[in-house]
Amino acid sequence: MASVSLRSVHKKFGPITVLQSIDLDIEDGEFVVLVGPSGCGKSTLLRSIAGLETINGGEIHIGERQVNHVAPKDRDIAMVFQSYALYPHMDVRRNMGFSLNLRKSPTRMVVERVSAASTKLGLNSLLDRLPKQLSGGQRQRVAMGRAIVRNPQVFLFDEPLSNLDAKLRATMRTEIKALHQSLKTTAIYVTHDQVEAMTMANRIVVMSDGVIQQVGAPLELYDRPANIFVAGFIGSPTMNFFDAVIDGKQAGLADGSLLALPASAAVTEGQKVVIGIRPEHLHFTDTGIPGTVVVVEPLGMSTQVTLDAARERVTLLALERPVLAPGDRKHLTARPQDIHVFDRASGLRVN
Amino acid sequence: MATQQTRLLGKLAVAPSVIVLFLWMIVPLALTIYFSLLRYNLLDPGNESFVGFFNYEYFLSDPAFFAAIGNSLKLVFAVLAISIVGGTLLALLLDQAIVGRNIVRLMVIAPFFIMPTVSALVWKNMFMHPVSGLFAWLMKSVGLEPIDWFAQYPLTAVIIMVAWQWLPFATLILLTAIQSLDEEQKEAAEMDGTPPISYFYYIVLPHLARPITVVILIETIFLLNVFAEIYVTGSGGPAGNLPYLVYFQGLLNFDVGGASAGGIVAVVLANIVAFFLIRMIGRNLEG
Repeated sequence: MASVSLRSVHKKFGPITVLQSIDLDIEDGEFVVLVGPSGCGKSTLLRSIAGLETINGGEIHIGERQVNHVAPKDRDIAMVFQSYALYPHMDVRRNMGFSLNLRKSPTRMVVERVSAASTKLGLNSLLDRLPKQLSGGQRQRVAMGRAIVRNPQVFLFDEPLSNLDAKLRATMRTEIKALHQSLKTTAIYVTHDQVEAMTMANRIVVMSDGVIQQVGAPLELYDRPANIFVAGFIGSPTMNFFDAVIDGKQAGLADGSLLALPASAAVTEGQKVVIGIRPEHLHFTDTGIPGTVVVVEPLGMSTQVTLDAARERVTLLALERPVLAPGDRKHLTARPQDIHVFDRASGLRVN
Repeated sequence: MATQQTRLLGKLAVAPSVIVLFLWMIVPLALTIYFSLLRYNLLDPGNESFVGFFNYEYFLSDPAFFAAIGNSLKLVFAVLAISIVGGTLLALLLDQAIVGRNIVRLMVIAPFFIMPTVSALVWKNMFMHPVSGLFAWLMKSVGLEPIDWFAQYPLTAVIIMVAWQWLPFATLILLTAIQSLDEEQKEAAEMDGTPPISYFYYIVLPHLARPITVVILIETIFLLNVFAEIYVTGSGGPAGNLPYLVYFQGLLNFDVGGASAGGIVAVVLANIVAFFLIRMIGRNLEG
């Protein structure tokens, strides 16, 4: 087990900069998720830590060691690939033991490690099968087993669940998290799915355009997003945004209605801002922002209502079961402490 | 409703081509079988008579027949070995990022486009000629006696020429196979710290098993029919294979009946080989 630290890491593909001055400290035993839209550089960052990409500047430390010029096999890390990358002609046992055998480890140790890993992952009955005889979830497990047997300092996961169906993905998510809790090995996990990020991470790193937007615990990111990008990326259904202009202690929305701001908002009169409100924080009231119901989607536990209000398409999540029909006119409001205020020019949070 | 009519219409539409193809195949085969049962010599035309299986007995008991079978097999196996081993190595080299890769690839493929007759003439007169050939010059320039390839090692010479033609084919197929190796698998092997030899043995070679069987199948079919190289270089005597023997019987001994019997024997042998090859490859392609 080891910590990982990145110091102003740069990476370019030709003229295109994909990583700009990345600084990040990952503590020993932590489960960190890199999340962002496709093309944000998260996979490149992971591959740079793995040593599959060479960086153009900065330093990467694993434990005490600077590994910029260390070959991937000597970095003492193991990676789980998106396509699993199992060796197709080797059975599960040989797939898992391959890296140890290459290192000329004693046979007894290989057998012990493989059987320990396969017991942990429930692969004991599958050890003699070839990858093509396994289901997607089983292959995923073998890929993890292959990483576990090496007993590495750091686990790297590159979107390992994106090839699985939704139900299996949820199961495997839980399994990976449980596995991490029992092994306590530092893990870096890349995904574009913010649900995976929220559920699995100790800390989430949100990236966009090769820049780290925010680092923090899942709920911290959810409750206090640092900018509009993080606010819109984390949370499902996504946060509602309204363009507004500051008018005293209130914000004037596009349709002229006013919304009370949190006391903490550091804004000036006439400042152009963006108001963010999570769907579950919007409520129906008698007065407030007027809106027209467009779609009502009952989800069982809650009901998702889409409305047109203040010239925006707005989503509201109601735990009670409102009786609504498309075309109904309603009024919306939110408590001041549930309102996020961002500066429109810089996109940064101002409360 | 209309399906029955459509089906009939479909059959009618396909019929002409099927009939033409069938005749194309069956008429020469039937005529060859017919000729093989006759005493039919071009030096004595008009006196054909039915002799039953005498031509087969004659052909199969001819010592030249076993020599020809031997040569056929040696040629096929030697060229297969050279083109698969050499093709794999060349494909590995061509897979590397080198300057002018496309030009190099084109040059490697080039021999495959050359007519066998032309290549045989070029090899015979420009490389292997004991007086004016390049090999003779090389030997002489280091003070050795030049080899008279077609007199001393005719079969080896033919194997070299044919292998030169078929090596590019194997290279091309194996190169595309190597390039289709999963990128993440390569990276997984890199992270596992696989040294080059193990990487080749455990990752690349199993991946190539299937294309190699395809190369074996296709090359075997064509290599059993090699004729131009042997005919053009005049190596038919010591290095003649089965097709050459059939030619020899028919057009040099003017024995059409014997040549036809030889042709049928060659067809039967080719089918036996094809049967085993298809079974072997079928197994390999299933997985």
